[in-house]
Amino acid sequence: MKKLNRRDFIKIAGTTAAVSTLGIPSIGSAASKKVVIVGGGTGGATCAKYIRMADDSVEVTLIEPNKHYYTCYLSNEVLGGARKIDSIKFGYDGLKKHGVKVVHDMVTGIDAGARTVTTKGGDSFKYDRCVVAPGISFRDNIAGYDDAAMQKMPHAWKAGDQTMLLRKQLEAMADGGTVVIAAPPNPFRCPPGPYERACQIANYLKNNKPKSKVMIVDAKEAFSKQKLFMQAFDRYYKDNLEWVSSFDTDGGITDVTGGVVKTGEGTTLKADVFNIIPAQQAGAIALTAGLADDSGWCPVVHKTFESTIHKGIHVIGDAAIQKPLPKSGYAANSEAKVTAAAIVELVNGREPGTPSWVNTCYSIVAPDDGISVAMVYNFVDGKVAKVAGSGGLTSLESTPDDRAREVQYAYSWFDNIVHDAFGA
Amino acid sequence: MPAKKSHAMLLGSFLLFGSSALMAAPSASMLANTCAGCHGTNGISVGPASPTIAGKSAEYLKEVMEGYKSGDRHATIMNRIAKGYTDEEIALMADYYAALPFESAAEKQTFDSAKIEAGSKLYKKNCSKCHDENGTLAEDDSGILGGQWLPYLQFTMVDYRSGRSEMTKKMKKKVEKLNDEEIESVLQFFASQK
Ligand SMILES: Cc1cc2nc3c(=O)[nH]c(=O)nc-3n(C[C@H](O)[C@H](O)[C@H](O)COP(=O)(O)OP(=O)(O)OC[C@H]3O[C@@H](n4cnc5c(N)ncnc54)[C@H](O)[C@@H]3O)c2cc1C
Ligand code: HEC
Ligand code: HEC
Repeated sequence: MKKLNRRDFIKIAGTTAAVSTLGIPSIGSAASKKVVIVGGGTGGATCAKYIRMADDSVEVTLIEPNKHYYTCYLSNEVLGGARKIDSIKFGYDGLKKHGVKVVHDMVTGIDAGARTVTTKGGDSFKYDRCVVAPGISFRDNIAGYDDAAMQKMPHAWKAGDQTMLLRKQLEAMADGGTVVIAAPPNPFRCPPGPYERACQIANYLKNNKPKSKVMIVDAKEAFSKQKLFMQAFDRYYKDNLEWVSSFDTDGGITDVTGGVVKTGEGTTLKADVFNIIPAQQAGAIALTAGLADDSGWCPVVHKTFESTIHKGIHVIGDAAIQKPLPKSGYAANSEAKVTAAAIVELVNGREPGTPSWVNTCYSIVAPDDGISVAMVYNFVDGKVAKVAGSGGLTSLESTPDDRAREVQYAYSWFDNIVHDAFGA
Repeated sequence: MPAKKSHAMLLGSFLLFGSSALMAAPSASMLANTCAGCHGTNGISVGPASPTIAGKSAEYLKEVMEGYKSGDRHATIMNRIAKGYTDEEIALMADYYAALPFESAAEKQTFDSAKIEAGSKLYKKNCSKCHDENGTLAEDDSGILGGQWLPYLQFTMVDYRSGRSEMTKKMKKKVEKLNDEEIESVLQFFASQK
């Protein structure tokens, strides 16, 4: 019964849309402008809003299973206790005010030939352009890390319940305990993320459980902003934070079967809290829809982020192959705007313009110490390229005053980017 | 005179054509929208520290960006960002943001009313000449201070007074007369403008 009503409603809504299109003679019959966006995270939400801001004659439907989005960015502060989970929780009312149709459902199929998106709830949506922004899914590089293991050794690499689970484990841990963070191999979402997390947890332990320790067991031999992080480890967490290179363990943590945690060389690790961050690939729906190549990520034309595999589908955010742009929230926001502008041109029968991107990732390494990496990107020979001479890292010699400012500017970045993506 | 002008225009379009044959420049909105992640949608920052950049004069915006690029103006991050753009691209963004409306952040901040009052008097005496209409007039080409985020103004003033950023000589003379508390009062006065 319920379902029938819903279908009826869609039918009615569909007819009204058709009538109103007919009412505008200049558009003509060919100019149907329906965009369906799969995933209402940072990339999807920004894209929906910017399409509507640029051209409100485009009908935008955003499909996202969750009623609320928890940002991964600044979730490390929730783990460290500096911030409450509600401060990283956002709804979809702002997008609705921009005229975006928000549907809470899970996309289960995308048919590039028929140009339809189907959902778990049994609905089907036609599109002229589809945007796929499902973020990441996990690979099985760590033996035994299944759904049950995730409840015992959270990844907290998708924010929300997982973040709270890890936070509660840290709170429950007795003083003198050890926390192990398994950092993933490249490429993965938010390259500086595991190291910022280690700082946040070490800061919490230093103030609340001073006999406890954090150990990062890395699947890599080097990592993002390494010198700046090493400086922070040395400055603030000399006694309670240790980074272990993949070189020393033969590949980091590779097996958690039965709750026994082993490194590549077979050593068993004992700890009170395990934060296991597996290797990553594009979100599951991108794989199901055949949008990924052998790397597990989705190849796209950088000018428009249209898939090189399926025409009419654009893949943005973490799921796409966007190198040299990183897999970050800022980059997802920037890619979303390039794609929104391109889609507005394409559905209006015009040629998309030349793109431009920016990325910045702030990391808060201590309450008054923030560091950042930034870069401006342009479009050269059909690809994203770094603009020579731009960007780079916070200086190792920057003053305490500037480091404290970077924390304030990181909070400003957070407030502005979530407002830019989800705000009215 | 008219002949000279059209000659210049011809030259201009020739140059434009020359560069677009290689690759068209990104549009003003394409460039400007990349800044919104830090400065807010349409350049209106929701705070708590990074500045609103909408509504300031194009002249001012260009000068400030050039200052970041050359290092004359101290920055935590804008020096790294500004170096990513050509003068032409900066001009495009400056015109774009200059045409967007400024929105005061006063109502989202808290102030000390005694400081605002003291600041008002100091303002009239020392700053009003170049920051007219309580610092809200874009045409002054000296930014918009009225209704800006207070932390940003405070940071900027620290940089001016320590010599890390260059002030105009005349402003320097006025600023040097004021002590820390007086500076704080003037800045609260500016930021509290609705
Ligand atoms: C700990 C941590 C810290 C971080 N810190 C920063 C930072 O400081 N700065 C920064 O720039 N970035 C940071 N990031 C990275 C940032 O969170 C991601 O890069 C960004 O969220 C990517 O956006 P996205 O749109 O690709 O994916 P997401 O934001 O993950 O959104 C994907 C959305 O798609 C939905 N979805 C998935 N499958 C389906 C389906 N089948 N149907 C419908 N919807 C679906 C999901 O529910 C989700 O809402 C951090 C990440 C982590 C883990
Ligand atoms: C990562 C965040 C970030 C990005 C991206 C960014 N800015 Fe900024 N901007 C800042 C911060 C922080 C300041 C204050 C100076 C500093 O410490 O760097 C600032 C200051 C400014 C100012 C000075 C404001 C004033 O009133 O004088 C201007 C102008 C400006 N930015 C323009 C831009 C433009 C144009 C872009 C896009 C090309 C941009 N910014 C991108 C963070 C950012
Ligand atoms: C002689 C003219 C002049 C006087 C007087 C003057 N200023 Fe300025 N001010 C400028 C100009 C021009 C700029 C912009 C360019 C620059 O940075 O030098 C500016 C910029 C500023 C800025 C930075 C704005 C921003 O958005 O980054 C602040 C803050 C400021 N002035 C405060 C003051 C205060 C406070 C006074 C009075 C005590 C004052 N000024 C007096 C000319 C003046």
